[in-house]
Amino acid sequence: MNKLNFLKPDKENLHTYLYIGSSLFFISILDVFLGAFFQINITSFLPEFLSFIFPLIIGLIGLHLIRIEFTGIKNLDTVNKNINTNTFNAVLTLLIIFVIIKSLPPLMSWFIIDANIAGDTKEACTGTGACWTYIKIWMRRFVYGMYPNDYQWRINISFILLIALAFVGYIPSEKLKKFLTLYYVVIYPIIAFILIYYLISGGAFGLEWVETGAWGGLSLTFIVSFFCLIFCFPVGMFLALGRRSQLPTLRYISIGFIEFWRGVPLITVLFMSSVMFPMFLPEDFFMDKLVRVIIAISLFEAAYVAEVIRGGLQALPKGQYEAAKSLGMGYWKMHIFVILPQALKLVIPGIANTFLALVKDTPLIFVVGLLEIVGMLNLAKTNPKWLGFAMEGYVFAAIIFWIICYAMSKYSYNLELKYKTER
Amino acid sequence: MNATVRKLIPQLITILVVVLVFGFFTINAQTNMDNRGIEFGYGFLSQEASFDVQFSLIEYDGSHSYARAYLVGLLNTLLVAFIGIIISTILGVIIGIARLSPNYLIERSAAFYVEFFRNIPLLLQIFFWYFAALRALPLPQDAEAIMGVFFLTIKGLFVPRFVWENLDVFFYSILAVIISIVVIKNYARRLQENEGKQLPVLYISLGLFIILPLLTFLIGGVSLGFEIPVIKQLSTTSFVYEGGLGIPPELIALTLALALYTATFIAECVRAGIQGISKGQKEAAASIGLTPNQVLKLVIMPQALRIIIPPTTNQYLNLTKNSSLAAAIAYPDLVLVFAGTALMQTGRAIEIVSITMLTYLSISLSISVLMNWYNKRIAITEK
Repeated sequence: MNKLNFLKPDKENLHTYLYIGSSLFFISILDVFLGAFFQINITSFLPEFLSFIFPLIIGLIGLHLIRIEFTGIKNLDTVNKNINTNTFNAVLTLLIIFVIIKSLPPLMSWFIIDANIAGDTKEACTGTGACWTYIKIWMRRFVYGMYPNDYQWRINISFILLIALAFVGYIPSEKLKKFLTLYYVVIYPIIAFILIYYLISGGAFGLEWVETGAWGGLSLTFIVSFFCLIFCFPVGMFLALGRRSQLPTLRYISIGFIEFWRGVPLITVLFMSSVMFPMFLPEDFFMDKLVRVIIAISLFEAAYVAEVIRGGLQALPKGQYEAAKSLGMGYWKMHIFVILPQALKLVIPGIANTFLALVKDTPLIFVVGLLEIVGMLNLAKTNPKWLGFAMEGYVFAAIIFWIICYAMSKYSYNLELKYKTER
Repeated sequence: MNATVRKLIPQLITILVVVLVFGFFTINAQTNMDNRGIEFGYGFLSQEASFDVQFSLIEYDGSHSYARAYLVGLLNTLLVAFIGIIISTILGVIIGIARLSPNYLIERSAAFYVEFFRNIPLLLQIFFWYFAALRALPLPQDAEAIMGVFFLTIKGLFVPRFVWENLDVFFYSILAVIISIVVIKNYARRLQENEGKQLPVLYISLGLFIILPLLTFLIGGVSLGFEIPVIKQLSTTSFVYEGGLGIPPELIALTLALALYTATFIAECVRAGIQGISKGQKEAAASIGLTPNQVLKLVIMPQALRIIIPPTTNQYLNLTKNSSLAAAIAYPDLVLVFAGTALMQTGRAIEIVSITMLTYLSISLSISVLMNWYNKRIAITEK
């Protein structure tokens, strides 16, 4: 047997080092694990401070002993290469593992083990964890706002119809495919508007009228982001074309417009739409609050969309413009058939990111008194029967928004990959 | 129809439309204001504001003018933006570098942080910190001192305040240090270019930074004391801290949320910047014998900064604009003080909203001008 040098582990005594090192490492993990899950301190014989940093020291020694290069053992080499390259990395690795182990029990206890979901009053929540009863009882309000319970099927049906109509693009018929752009840019928004207006607002076909002030919750978030998304796209496209136009007046007006909206925060834009804009309208002219908000957000986001599309227009090689012109195409023909189809394809990820920002901005409409899901949470939080559940509400809304936004960002990332390989 | 006319007609139509729209709005605004008996003008700015602001950097109370209230709001906004930018930059750079770490766990943790905070609306995060997290803090009388001097309570964070004597001498010494560092740096550069000698500029500057201000304490009569916050009982249930510096919970929640949120975007900028430098640069630098630190400092960073700075500037602008969400948790920033309270009192919607928007616009434009200048300075000068 060769001499063991614990300061410099080598391949000669690989197994000795390996056994000692990995068992030390597992002892350190076990110590933290028992402490976190079962409140057992296996090093209670040590002074308090030593006992606290004991797993770190033991784990470090263990990782040091198994840090042997080119052992030929596949798993060991992977571990060494990925989490154990040097002492500093080993410290960070151990700290991250410890933090994860330590934070698991309190999180699990709050979310699941000590949480309550049964019952329908505040008194049902006896555990120390979250009170999901609160979310359960208020679910309808969080999703539909103040919309009357009896008519909520109208919101559901219109959303289902809208989603179904959005999938028309997948119809296989070659003959109809050339009308798809027209469908998505013109016909679909009109259908959507009519659906929302007659189904959700009501007032015709025997449907009860529900004023927009009663709309709210998650469904309002969807309605606002949906309409802003539809409106800001064409406006942004024209602004982008205007900014790259040869005509100086058009160009300067577009630049001024874009830079103005990009320079101010959305909250002041909403303030403007609610307090300043009515001053600019004729006295007897009334515009619904929701409509004003949608216009304001659309114009605001259009400026950002315009900048994204401009990026796509600039990225196209000059030859495309020249080729189209040499075929005798005019300005509009050139843009509609040659430039825009290519430029828009380039900027799909950028536009998806802008829409993501739009969805995240919708909670701001609370400043004009419209209560989407975050606004409803703030309202529910102050209800005297349900005081003290702010945390549950915000966590619930955060989870919902996180799922929506994460899905969108992953989707845009996939699109980006898809179009990258095609070019 | 010749080309000139064809170019002129759309421009004329656009101008006509813009003029018509603006004219329509102006006439309506005029009639509306006439009907309500309001006269357009900025004279109200010098009137007495007669409302209080709970947190202000400059001296302010109800007897001051609306213009002063505007200044209070503006300073509060700038304060939040300033602290937020500093914290988010530090955090963002660390996370961004961590995302490139060869250590799998570190890389995943950084990615988790970015994906987690980026996909939750900022307003929700502000609400979470303010209404849920900070409300769980102890009451002033139950708070335990952190390291003996800091008190983190539901009423905010109370920290010791510096009490200076002869502060101006101290400032002059700092100024002297900065000037001498610039001089030494120039001298060192000349020395290196002419004779090839290197001066340890960093150590000299650090030494100056410590020694000169220390001298002012010893000789210059400067002294620094701490005023530690002390709890005081007003009545049986009400306690306040006296002395020290109180940081309101609104400010803490707002800066925390802004910094954590913006740091995710800055981290992505940093990552993209470092990844944008080709591997060959690093290998070439290593092959001429530079140490890893020198490779990062002299080769990678100067190039990566060119990629990092423009999008990061954008994030700074976003942070400044997002600080207007302060209005949601009643932190007295520009929007709340001026576009909220002052507007409610005076009813001058057009003047106040336009001032507020112009202020943000000028902040945005000045930051972008500053950053463009810096960007131009560090850009590659092609020969």
